[in-house]
Amino acid sequence: MNQAESNASSTVQSAAQKQPNRSNLKQRHLSQKFAFGALWVGGALVMLILLVVVGYVITNGIREVTWEFLTTAPRGGLSGEGGISTTIVSTVYLIGLTIVIATPLGIGAAIFLTEYAGETNVGSKFLRSLIDLVHFGVETLAGIPSIIFGLFGFALFVSVLHFGFSLLSAGLAGACLVLPTIIRTTEESLLTVPMSYREASLALGATKWQTIYQVVLPAAIPGIITGIILSVARVISETAVFYVTLGGSARMPTSIFSSGRTLALHLYYLAMDTNAFDKAMATGAVLIISIILINLIIDFVSSKLTAGLRENQ
Amino acid sequence: MNSIKIETIHYSLNYGNFRAIEDISIKIPEKQVTALIGPSGCGKSTFLRSFNRMNDLIPGVTTEGEILLDGEDIFKMDPVSLRQRVGMVFQKPNPFPKSIYDNVAYGPRVNGLKDHKKLDEIVERSLRGAALWDEVKDNLNKSGLALSGGQQQRLCIARALAVEPSVILMDEPAASLDPIATLRIEDLIRMLVENYTIVIVTHNMQQAGRVSDYTAFFFTDETRTGRLVEYDRTQVIFTNPKDKRTEDYITGRFG
Repeated sequence: MNQAESNASSTVQSAAQKQPNRSNLKQRHLSQKFAFGALWVGGALVMLILLVVVGYVITNGIREVTWEFLTTAPRGGLSGEGGISTTIVSTVYLIGLTIVIATPLGIGAAIFLTEYAGETNVGSKFLRSLIDLVHFGVETLAGIPSIIFGLFGFALFVSVLHFGFSLLSAGLAGACLVLPTIIRTTEESLLTVPMSYREASLALGATKWQTIYQVVLPAAIPGIITGIILSVARVISETAVFYVTLGGSARMPTSIFSSGRTLALHLYYLAMDTNAFDKAMATGAVLIISIILINLIIDFVSSKLTAGLRENQ
Repeated sequence: MNSIKIETIHYSLNYGNFRAIEDISIKIPEKQVTALIGPSGCGKSTFLRSFNRMNDLIPGVTTEGEILLDGEDIFKMDPVSLRQRVGMVFQKPNPFPKSIYDNVAYGPRVNGLKDHKKLDEIVERSLRGAALWDEVKDNLNKSGLALSGGQQQRLCIARALAVEPSVILMDEPAASLDPIATLRIEDLIRMLVENYTIVIVTHNMQQAGRVSDYTAFFFTDETRTGRLVEYDRTQVIFTNPKDKRTEDYITGRFG
């Protein structure tokens, strides 16, 4: 608590002492207890729901998750037999492709939006309205249902560009899906970089680009990494986009033009087209565990990096 | 008076429609410390930041009049090369979240110097120049942010020296430091003035009296436009000011 705050709170206290309105005080304490109670119940309920969902899938699925299950290819079609090896590989490839496409675009857009937004030089009005438009676009993109990205990907990448049902089509559509996430997290972390770093760098005769590249971006890395990991989680859990762009082949992908199915898609096929409920549960368990792991990594990375920064301050 | 390093001629600056400082003509002598004093909001920091065109970063700023550095119009120079000649130290120490070495080497590096031996030399010379070398020479890889406030500010001065400017601007360089660290900075300023032209903004009258050779007193009225009231040798300003407002300010009657 800083000094101003403690001063403020002590004046509040002394003001309260001057008013001998005891009954009111009791009532206020009561309503506080009631509010806290309600908040506790809410928090506990959320935890309970989470535990039931996660616990149900994991306890039902984990028995089937064996080394063999993880390393065998699914038989495909309506059988539901086999493991999930090819879907793991497809998922990893798709993650890599999506991130490689989306990250440079997203970081570039975020730099444009934050570092150039304040500039008002030649054609400033035009630039200003362009930036507002891009902001609006990013917000809108973030709220669009993912199947729309799938539809768009199907129309453009699969059909018009003749990439077919492939990792490439899915990666491009997936990149559109995660772009808003990367742009927003990068933007937020760029905004937290103190203005004084930029001033110091410019005052030393650095150009704007040198300042961005050598001072601002390194200081924003924790946020950028968080955005990327969130995008990875999004690709793992997404089905709608990839349903209409990736095809759904259960074979091992051999190039970016191969069709494939991600873990989540595989789960969808198992649940809808087969009777292999146990396999679906097992796949679900693998999915949930990987999402939990990714969240742990996000926590670890961001605490590690921000601790590194804070320790120095 | 030494030769003139910086001269402003009828210089005014506006933030949009608001006139922040008006019609300032001043001649800043070479290798002397010139203090800019005056109450908050009188435009002295804005004026200081004009000398290396830091105000360019603020949207809507327009200027009138001229500022000459060694007789050259700074508004016709490339701001990047101007800032290599006119260094700046800010109010709050603002080292980069990099090592001490990388902080000092930053300026030379962005200017294209890659030779490790030369960089080592510059880092040592600059840290010695800022009276910080003996305290950090064994920990050059330590983060600049791990230093104390006073050390951080001297690191920022070293960082500015590394670019080899001829002018150093200081915007209340001791405002966030304790009295002992403040004295060290003041000693350092007296040391640096052997080789550099220094312009310093300060709120602290005693500080202006201690460190500066010349003092410019800025003042503002209800229009909030800053104007130069009086500019002379520090001794004259402090002992025999011509303007009543200067005298009132210096004797602490307001501000």
